[in-house]
Amino acid sequence: MIVTFLDIVIAGLITGAIYALVAIGLNLQWGVTRVLNMSHGEFIMFGAFGAFFLYTLFGISPLISLVICAPFLFIIGVLFHRVFFQHLLKSAESMAAFEISSLLLAYGLMFVLSNLAAWSWGSTQNVYSYLADPVNMFGAIFAVNRLVSLAVAVVICLIVYLFLARTRMGKAIRATAQDISSAQLVGVNVYRMLGICFGLGALLAGFAGALLSMMFPVTPFMGLSYLVITFIVVVLGGLGNIVGSLIGGFVLGFVGSIVTYFEPGLGMVSFYVIFVLILLVRPTGILGK
Amino acid sequence: MNGVKVTSNKYFLPWLLLLALILLATMPIYTKPFIVILFISIFMYIILGISWNTFCGTTNYISLATAAFFGVGVYTSAILQTLSLPVVILIAGLLSFVLGLLIGVITLRIRGMYFCICTFGLSELFRHTMMWYEVNITGTVGRWLPLLSYETVYYYLLGILFVTLLAAYFLRRSKYWFALQSIGQDEEAAAHIGINVNAVKIITFAITCFFMGAAGAVMATRWSYIDPDLAFNPFVTFFTIMMVLTGGMGSTIYGPILGATVLTALSDTVLAEFPRQTMLLFGIILIVVIMFLPNGLMGLIRRGIDRVAARGSP
Repeated sequence: MIVTFLDIVIAGLITGAIYALVAIGLNLQWGVTRVLNMSHGEFIMFGAFGAFFLYTLFGISPLISLVICAPFLFIIGVLFHRVFFQHLLKSAESMAAFEISSLLLAYGLMFVLSNLAAWSWGSTQNVYSYLADPVNMFGAIFAVNRLVSLAVAVVICLIVYLFLARTRMGKAIRATAQDISSAQLVGVNVYRMLGICFGLGALLAGFAGALLSMMFPVTPFMGLSYLVITFIVVVLGGLGNIVGSLIGGFVLGFVGSIVTYFEPGLGMVSFYVIFVLILLVRPTGILGK
Repeated sequence: MNGVKVTSNKYFLPWLLLLALILLATMPIYTKPFIVILFISIFMYIILGISWNTFCGTTNYISLATAAFFGVGVYTSAILQTLSLPVVILIAGLLSFVLGLLIGVITLRIRGMYFCICTFGLSELFRHTMMWYEVNITGTVGRWLPLLSYETVYYYLLGILFVTLLAAYFLRRSKYWFALQSIGQDEEAAAHIGINVNAVKIITFAITCFFMGAAGAVMATRWSYIDPDLAFNPFVTFFTIMMVLTGGMGSTIYGPILGATVLTALSDTVLAEFPRQTMLLFGIILIVVIMFLPNGLMGLIRRGIDRVAARGSP
């Protein structure tokens, strides 16, 4: 009984931390740049493939490849924002029009990136084994890599929170999120902040992907299932609320691990039930204004 | 002078459509089978495209659940295959209608991107649920259907297309069209002039879902084998949106017709030559259209007509 309980709790913590990481990234993109980034899952996939190739080809530990892949992911994110979304933002009639066109563009990008990956790397399941030794925690048995990824994910979430709350650039980002034109008036380089936020979002998704690659198979289409869950986490935590995303991630992680323990096929259904409940009861999210 | 031009335009186009319908209705008699089969896909995407555009193009609420409602139709058809097809089409449409109503009631009352997110996961949700149901309750994944001749499928789809066009045509002439457009432009203002915005949005969305489900019910008989992955294929949503945007989101009926015709014909040739790169190419087309051709091909044609007209007038 107590072992089952521990099984569920630890599994919930691990998936929850990953969801939180991805959701904070999406929240930075959606909350600040107003791009509902449908291609967010593809950055998870890029991070996962990066870690997979660095490990299988050069034997580099996925934890070190986090650091190696980080600048690339960030630059790709910034470039995407500059090439696609900045263009749309400048030519859009209104913010509402920009939200729709950027959403549809990101939707196209999702198919382009995943099919590009499938074309170049094949659509087989890629698995490698790293730190897979079992550890016994009070009777529940887990691979070391799961506990490591839990710790890394939580640390990254905290760093992002501190960056936004304590640094000068974090303040500029929060100002941009509140009101673009007012932020511009007080001297914030708005387009630079929007690009940085998009890049940071891509970076966090890539980190999550690298951590996931230690535990689950890497495929070109792995991003899609995480994307749906990430959207639900962001809505649950409240748009623009980083702490909310962290809590939301763990809530969905726990619910998912409880439901899949008893009925593995119904995880998605339980997430949707939560989503519908939050839309009916409190559409601004648990921590939203 | 200007008034005469507008009225003649208004009466000319429906007649042109009627002529096209007569031509299409007699087509299987004098064309090769592969063209008829190509037109089956074109009809399917025109139905889906007009349905999508009637709601999403006017109100600016973006639905990413075309595949979900289409898939509901496909599965209804597979489960009720002993009934006659017209009855199945009706039931499938009604089921999609009810589901659309439900989704609308939950998400369309809230402003923002929540509707989009909710619809985005819907086909995944249905796919997972159906897979769970098949594995745990029925014990077998996938179903076989009796194969209908392609001519039968063609005529059924043509019938549904005709009804869709008729519905879209009458909607455009009714006051609800203005209600939808004012919701798209400024929802608050629309509510202030006395439009019941939630009711209009929800009902319109549900009606467009009816046609998606009906099209799915017919297409299931064309495929003869279905499983959750085939029925709730996210590519159906993607193709529909891409075709509408390429044709032109601004023109409710002609945009989807033009987009579906051009791109289905293109996908047929590209798919045969480069099966693995098709989705990549179509994704790139979607991005290019959004960035450089915001009004689609219809916008391009309109601009061309305007330029010719401007040159003609002294």
